[in-house]
Amino acid sequence: MTEPNDLLDRLSTAVELGKTNQAAPYPPRLRGQPGADELCREAIAAGLAPQEILGQGLITGMSRIGERFSQGKAFVPEMLLAARAMSAAMVHLKPFFASGQVRRRGVFVIGTVAGDLHDIGKNIVAMMVEGAGWEVVDLGVDVKADRFLAEIERHPSCVLGMSALLTTTMVNMEKMVGEIRGRDAERPIFVGGAPVNAEFCRKIGATFYAPDPQGVVERLAKLAA
Amino acid sequence: MRFHTLAIPDARDLVFGHAPHPVTTRRGLVLGAGTVYPELNFTLPPMQVCRETLPDVKAHYHQIVSEALRRARDLHAPGLVLEFETLLEMTMTPSIGVELVELMNGLCEEAYQKHGFRSEIRLTPNDSRDFDRPPRMRSSSHLDAMFELFERGAAAGGDLLSIESTGGKEVHDDALLMCDIKGVTFALAVLGVRDMRFLWARIVEVARRTGRIAGGDTACGFGNTAMVLAEKGFIPKVFAALVRVISVVRTLVAVEEGATGPDKDCGYEGPYLKAIAGIPISMEGKTAACAHGSPVGNVAAACADLWSNESVQNVKLLGGFAPTVYLEQLEYDTRFLNAAIRDGRSTVLKVQQLQVESDVHLDPQALVLAPQNVVAIAGEMVKARTYVEAARRGALRALDLIEAAIGEEALLCSEQEQGWLPRLREELNAIPDEESAFVEQMLPALDLTKTIPAEYGL
Repeated sequence: MTEPNDLLDRLSTAVELGKTNQAAPYPPRLRGQPGADELCREAIAAGLAPQEILGQGLITGMSRIGERFSQGKAFVPEMLLAARAMSAAMVHLKPFFASGQVRRRGVFVIGTVAGDLHDIGKNIVAMMVEGAGWEVVDLGVDVKADRFLAEIERHPSCVLGMSALLTTTMVNMEKMVGEIRGRDAERPIFVGGAPVNAEFCRKIGATFYAPDPQGVVERLAKLAA
Repeated sequence: MRFHTLAIPDARDLVFGHAPHPVTTRRGLVLGAGTVYPELNFTLPPMQVCRETLPDVKAHYHQIVSEALRRARDLHAPGLVLEFETLLEMTMTPSIGVELVELMNGLCEEAYQKHGFRSEIRLTPNDSRDFDRPPRMRSSSHLDAMFELFERGAAAGGDLLSIESTGGKEVHDDALLMCDIKGVTFALAVLGVRDMRFLWARIVEVARRTGRIAGGDTACGFGNTAMVLAEKGFIPKVFAALVRVISVVRTLVAVEEGATGPDKDCGYEGPYLKAIAGIPISMEGKTAACAHGSPVGNVAAACADLWSNESVQNVKLLGGFAPTVYLEQLEYDTRFLNAAIRDGRSTVLKVQQLQVESDVHLDPQALVLAPQNVVAIAGEMVKARTYVEAARRGALRALDLIEAAIGEEALLCSEQEQGWLPRLREELNAIPDEESAFVEQMLPALDLTKTIPAEYGL
């Protein structure tokens, strides 16, 4: 029988390397071996605590690939494959979320601001935050303040993330942050995007500016600690 | 594919300032006939664009264009193209875009009448179909506003009609992040090609009706996005280099439909279009650092007929407002190239060699822009019967050149990057030549919440 720690190690490795399930051809060096799907099932069957499976198995695997990505030793597709592997395992943890045995670190609501259609950067942030153990609500592109406000109603302790890629939609970001601040002065609001900087973040009353996805993950980890 | 031979089969003829089929504009700029002209692109500082703010918006455009024209004259520039790449609101409310074209055209005309200075406006509306998710490429209500701006903007003085169209982008975005070369090929060589046919038949018709020039398209949201993602370390540079090559087939369709050039700058597929179709092209490189980083700053100019800065905000710098500052940089860049042209062919080839040599060993994206490689890859593409085959052949040839350069230690390429090469080759080899077979292979895997095949006639 596999030792619990060994099982969690294998699960974290499967996630890190993006091995979704036994049938998955990627990565070639794990061909034919069990993936995150099978290993997560095995861990549950072995009686490991779901919170431990999530923390030491899945999030550890995602943290490792996230760290390699930050160091320039992995590319986004490798991150995406890891995220897919994590999702395959999460299916088995779903009932434990419903029963309260497992908890996410928090809820992160993200969207590209009104009038702006750029979403590649936003999608990368969403993926990395999810991999760090947060529930991500992705509102998509061209999102107005009222949709963020509606999510605050649904998830009272959520953190908001907004992205703008154009100088003209930065103005919309400012208006949206103002609208949200009018209703909720303390809400953590993260902002990012090519024309945005820390000074603009301060000026519009947002909480934190992140120049890259890893910066978002690190700041969220501090918030959740 | 309608092109089966190269307009420029000898790489020594693929040079800056000359194209086999020059284009003459209304005020007499002759593009591709021995002079490289600056092409200035600019955007607003952070501000809202709407009817209420239009006076402020117009004040910005007036100041940008009048100062750029004055500085261009002061520097004895041979001419100038001003690219009016609209902001979304200017396409969604075409009357705003039209008023701005009228304003800029008035200033261009005044400079021509008073000083004999030749300038033209490239009118580039947004492809606002991207606003719908999933996009409705053929039935979008946004098409009406886009074409109203083309039509009325052309009548108001927009001389060179262009667009950065987005057909296939909803599939390409995901493929890009997954480094899925089959997905990229499907997005560009099937969806992109089909959409380009639909769109460019109409744009060419507008140009004919209004007496304007159907310039060209560029795969900005594809090739340029890939380059920027690669610069950030998000995707491998070898993959981004292949994306650029594959994007050629979709952009070429504009020429097949009747576009005459100058092709647009941002996607960097221009040198291929020049080699294949002989049209003049606009390129951007080192002087576009105001908009984004790039590993192709010098080599990008190797075949340019227009030299662009991509886009710069109208903000104050020490030397003046940024568009005027960038106009000056573009003018000095092109003045240097024009001095080389005046000195003769051997000087042109020497300058080009330095442009190539300074970039080509450092990045695979620069390697595929070297004229010799452009001709080799383009030559492989025109052997194809179908667009899919052209994309696959071109990408495989590019891969051969990248691997050969690595083998000769003539290209800097990390082991991490090199690890992707066999996988890319394997996936490219699995792509069938026939579009129908490829569609059959790819359709079941498409996320139909993100794309509507019927909007591409599939």
